[in-house]
Formats: sequence, C-alpha cells, structure tokens
Amino acid sequence: MAGSAATLDGTAAGARPRRRQNYARRYWWFVVPCGAVVLGTIIFPWVFTVYMSMHDFKLGGAREWVGSANYVKLVSDERFLLSIMRTLYFTGLSVVIPMVLGLLAALAFARKFPLRGLARTIFILPMMATPVAVALVWTMMFHPQLGVLNWLLQQVGLPPSMWVYSPETVIPTLVMVEVWHWTPLVMLILLGGLASLPIDPYEAAKIDGATPWQAFWHITLPLLAPFLVVALIIRTIDALKAFDTIYVITQGGPGTASETINIFLYLQAFAYYNLGYASAVVVVFFAIIILLAMVLLWTRARVKDA
Amino acid sequence: MTHGFTRRTALLAGAGVLAAPPLVRQANAQSQFDWKRFSGERIEVSLTANPRSQILIQNQREFEDMTGIRVGAEAIPEQQHRQKFAIEFATGRPSFDVVGISLHVNKRQVGKARWCTDIKALMADPTITAPDFDFADFGEGAVAYSTQADGRMDTLPEFTDYFILYYNKELLAAKNIAPPATFDDMYESARRLTDTSRQIYGNVGRGLRNANVVLYSSFLLGTQQRDFLDGQRRLISDTPDAIWAGEYYKKLLRDCSPPGVSGFNWNESQTTFMQGRAAFWLDGVGFAAPLEDRTRSRVAGKVGYAVVPRGPAHHHCAMFGTAFGIAEQSRKKGASWMYLQWASGKANQLRYLTSGAGSPARTSAYRNEEAISQSRFSREFFNTLIESARISRPGLPEIVPVTEFRDTLGSALTNTIGGADVATELRRATEAFRPVLEQSERES
Repeated sequence: MAGSAATLDGTAAGARPRRRQNYARRYWWFVVPCGAVVLGTIIFPWVFTVYMSMHDFKLGGAREWVGSANYVKLVSDERFLLSIMRTLYFTGLSVVIPMVLGLLAALAFARKFPLRGLARTIFILPMMATPVAVALVWTMMFHPQLGVLNWLLQQVGLPPSMWVYSPETVIPTLVMVEVWHWTPLVMLILLGGLASLPIDPYEAAKIDGATPWQAFWHITLPLLAPFLVVALIIRTIDALKAFDTIYVITQGGPGTASETINIFLYLQAFAYYNLGYASAVVVVFFAIIILLAMVLLWTRARVKDA
Repeated sequence: MTHGFTRRTALLAGAGVLAAPPLVRQANAQSQFDWKRFSGERIEVSLTANPRSQILIQNQREFEDMTGIRVGAEAIPEQQHRQKFAIEFATGRPSFDVVGISLHVNKRQVGKARWCTDIKALMADPTITAPDFDFADFGEGAVAYSTQADGRMDTLPEFTDYFILYYNKELLAAKNIAPPATFDDMYESARRLTDTSRQIYGNVGRGLRNANVVLYSSFLLGTQQRDFLDGQRRLISDTPDAIWAGEYYKKLLRDCSPPGVSGFNWNESQTTFMQGRAAFWLDGVGFAAPLEDRTRSRVAGKVGYAVVPRGPAHHHCAMFGTAFGIAEQSRKKGASWMYLQWASGKANQLRYLTSGAGSPARTSAYRNEEAISQSRFSREFFNTLIESARISRPGLPEIVPVTEFRDTLGSALTNTIGGADVATELRRATEAFRPVLEQSERES
C-alpha cells in the first residue's frame, strides 16, 4: 500500500518533499461555465451600460459618442435631482416606519396569547399579495369622492383626504401602502431573531430586579441587533427599488410629485427612448446604492464586533 | 378501320376530368379575387388591448376560414404595447408581422425608422387586393393621418378617435341648462351645476400629467393659433393663445371639477361621470359603451352627446387615430396585407360603430342606416360622431418625442390646477422642451 501512502501525503517514500500542487492552475477550466454566465449576465451588461451612457442613443435613431455629456446633463437636470430627493424621502419613511412597527409586532407575537397562530397568519397576509394587484385595489380606495377611505374618515367625523391626488400627500400615502405591505416581513425576521435569544440573561436580570423596559433596552435590543440590521438592509433595498406600486397608483404624479428615480429612469428609457441618458441614470443610481450598501455593511460589521 | 373507345382515349378522358377542377379554379382566379392565395401561412399580430382589438380577436375565425391563414394575435395594454413593439422593431427582428399603432404617439417614430412597409404597392396589386376593398371609403383625415411626410403610407387606418362632450341630461335638466355651444357657455354652466355640498361637479376631466395634454389641446384648437407648432415646426406653446387655453383649462378644472382632479386620468373621470357626480366630461368617443352599460353605470340612458364647444376663434375637436402596419422585416407581407384588408374592412368597421367600440376610419359605416337604427346608441351619438369628423384636427403635434412633450407640458398644466401661474408654467415647459424638439427635428 506504499503507493496509497505516497498519494495521500504527496511524497514518495525516501523522496524529497515536492511543492504542493496548485489545483487552481490545473482545474481552472472548471470555472469556465460559471465564469461565462457571470460575464454574460452581469459583467457584460454593466460594461455595455457604461458604454451606452457615453452615447446619445435613441431607439430607432443613430448612436453618437458624447463622452461625459449625459453625466454633465444629469447634474443640472432639476427633474433628476428632485427624483433623488424624493427617492430618499420615500425610502427613509418606508424603512423606518416598518422597522418600528415590525419590531413592536414581533414583540407582541413573541408573547403567548390565545389564537396567536391565527393572528400571526392574518398579520402576514399583505406580504403575500401581488404588488400590482395591491396597487390597483388601493387606487380604487384612494378615489377622493368615491373611495372607501374617505367614506371611513367621514364616518368618524374627520375631513376627507386627497391621498395620492395631491402633491402634498402623495408620498406619505404611498409610504402608507408600502408600510402595510412590508411590515410583516420585518416582523417575521425579528420574530425569528426573538425566538433564538437565550433565556439566561433575562433570568439573571429578573433576579437583579430589572424592569421589563430595562430588559428590553439592555438585553433584547443588543441581542436582536444583527437581525435588525438584516431587516434594515432588506427593507432599504426593497424601498430603493420600489417601482410597481408607485407606477400603478400615480405614474409619478400628480405632476412629478411622486417621481422617484426608478420612475424617472423608466420614463427616460421606455417612454422617451433616451437609452444613453437612461444608462447614465442607471450608473449614478448604482453608485448611490453601492454607497448605501457600504454604509449598511459597515454598520453590520460594527454591530457584530460589538 | 374502326376507331372505337380505346384504352388511350379512356386515359385521356380520365385525365381531363381530374384536371378540370384546378383549371376552373385557375380560370376563376383570373376573373375573381382569391382570398385563399396565402392559405396555410401563419402570421403574428400584435395589438393594443381595447374593445376594438377584442372585436378583431373574437371574429378572427372568420378571417381564418375565409383565407386559410392562421393568426396568432395578442392584445396587451397600451403603454406596454407601445414599448414592446418599439423595442422589437429596434432589434431588427420583430416577432410580429402586423402591428397596431397609435398614430398620435408613434407615427413619426415609426416613419422615421422605416419600421413598417409602404402599403401603396400592396394596395396597387390587384392579385392581392380584394376588388371590394374600396380605399376611397376611408375618410380623408384618416388617410392623411396614415401618410408620412415623405408620401409613404406605412399604415392602414383603423380607428379615428374624436373628443366629444358627454353630459348628464338629468343634471342639466334639473337646472334648465342647455348643452353648451361655446367654451364660455361650458364654463358658466359648469359653475352653475357645481354643488360641492352634494359632491356634484359641473365638470370632470383629465388632470394627470401627460394624459391632460389632450384635453388642453381641445381648448387650444379653438384659438386662432390652433396648433402646438408653427409653419417652421417650431414650438409655440407659450403664446397668448396657448396661455388663454391654459387659463381656461385651469379655471375649468380648478373651479368646477372634483377635488383631486390633478391626479385624474380617463379612468377616474369615467368613474366620477358614471356615478352621476359630474355634469360634463370632454373625452374620447370610445367611452360611450361603458357609460351606457346598465350593469356598471348609474347614468346609462341619461347620457347626452355633443360636439366639443366652439372656441373663441375656431370650432374643432381633437382627433387621434390608430392604424395597422406591416413590419418591413416580415416575410409574410402578402398574408399580412390580407389581414389588414379584413381588419379594416367594412364589416369590422361597422362592428366598431354599432358596438360603441369607437368611430371607424371608413365613412360607409356612418351611412349604414339599418345598422345604426338597430344600435343601442342614440341618434344623437351618431350625429355627434359625424359632426365631429367634419370639424376634427389632430390633437397632438406629429413629432417623434411626443411622450416627452406630453410629460413636460402635462406637468405644467397639472401645476396650474394647484394654483401655479399659467404663463410662467407654460413658458418654463416650452423652454424645457424646445431643445428636445429642435434636436429631434434635426435628426429627422
């Protein structure tokens, strides 16, 4: 069995030890299929998008090299700049409110009470609905004269609202839809986190006379932090890429009052067919997302270290 | 020598009998049009989802039986369809042979890129054009709409949409008000009819960006200027006439329309009108069918129809149109041309008219008294259509970036409903869009 031994340790009996084999060099072609897929579906589209962003390219028209002109135009395009502000406003509200409500719901559902399973199921139902269908139903409910929401407000003596039909209330109203739709997801993530927390620290705190608030603030919240960061990252990504709900309900209106960067990008690419300019928007949007992702990952690393 | 009935004679006679039917068919083909000429082929048809496409798809079997051509038809929502066919055309290999096109949006784009074939050559070929095709039956306006600036006719007219005035007879009768003849009358009546305590409004209409431009253009058409472009195709959307139309739009939607109208497209307007909450609604002719649907509409049987009121200088109504084109890359142009003849044929055009799906591009449909008398729509409706056809003008400028134009001007108009100054908004929108148009015109 000397041969087997030589194979196992990589040396022949009595021979000088050989250099370790470089398997990466020998089997590099194993990664070729995967590399080709990555190249074709991720790298090439990105390189092509950057290339297109440097052209004046309209569908059905000629393509002309313009260098950085599209980026220069973006900097002075008031509509684009306002769309970034709206995106941040919408994203901020659509992340913070579901996080707070999701945490409260998770704390409530972590306790034992009658029909808890049924209540949880009902709570997560909105998350299962198709966004476009949800948006269409909300659109009907928002109708200022005929919608059920204003009827309900009037039943309790409140004045009717313009909901998505007024520039002042359109984004808070869209956030309301987003909160209704996605708070259950945050709740589910945090509920999973709460279920995994150890009991010992709570028992020790109880013996030391800690109040429920102190237990929550000094034990639950720090231990739940990694889960909160995960929920925060998922919600931020979801809110940043929100398109279908906004497009179906308002198409960016009234005027441009709810035109987020995704709606602006969609219009440039698929309504005005300014593919070069739209590509520049994609590149800038990508840079913004990378920046935000880095901040979130840095936060996550800090939480882990702590 | 006897010449009896030999075996050779029998074979010759048999061959003659067998050959007779094809010979007769061939002889008939020379004297009569052969709808089966492209039998066995399959064509793909891409349409916008609307009641007219529904009629075509429902009756498609009739075409397939008549021609032996199989049809794969799809009908997808308007916005998505416009993008889909433009992107498919741009790839150079569209998946369809026949496409339905909104001329008021895509005419110049399709013409500039030469995506559709010139149908004049097909129309001139008697072997593939039915003798009863009757091109002269198409209205002049519809033919002009389908013809590009260079004279190419790359689509066959299907439907001509006119803006008309819908009014609630009951609401008008309650206040003893007659249908308005002028824009001033319309505003005064709308103000009188508005009763906010009962949530009844004198008017409802499009306030949403982009969609609202077609309502605004209905007012602009009544001015001396009438158009968005001057003779040199320069943008003139900030002139005194344009501002007058803007002021009228603002006061009608601000003073006499429901709160939140700045976010209303046609569907919200339709819902409001159907529920009996608005007295006037200026919009496309195709909405007559849902308004008269007793299962959905509270105003069915109470809807009045009238032409758009007269403006301070002219009397016009905005016209929009759709047509069918054959993809330049299609290898089944013959079969596709057969489909176009059937789709825009007299029978389907009459179906459009009598079902309320829209106003046909052929004039013969309007002259069919028997069909009209059996229709569920009133004589007033048909008279309005005929009169609208007489006073119609294109409601949007024939430019490539028409969607961008509608968005830019539409945002300005929406802002005016919120109280913004009309002149300032129109000037800003004009300044923003002018370079886009100039670049587009240079490239054209």
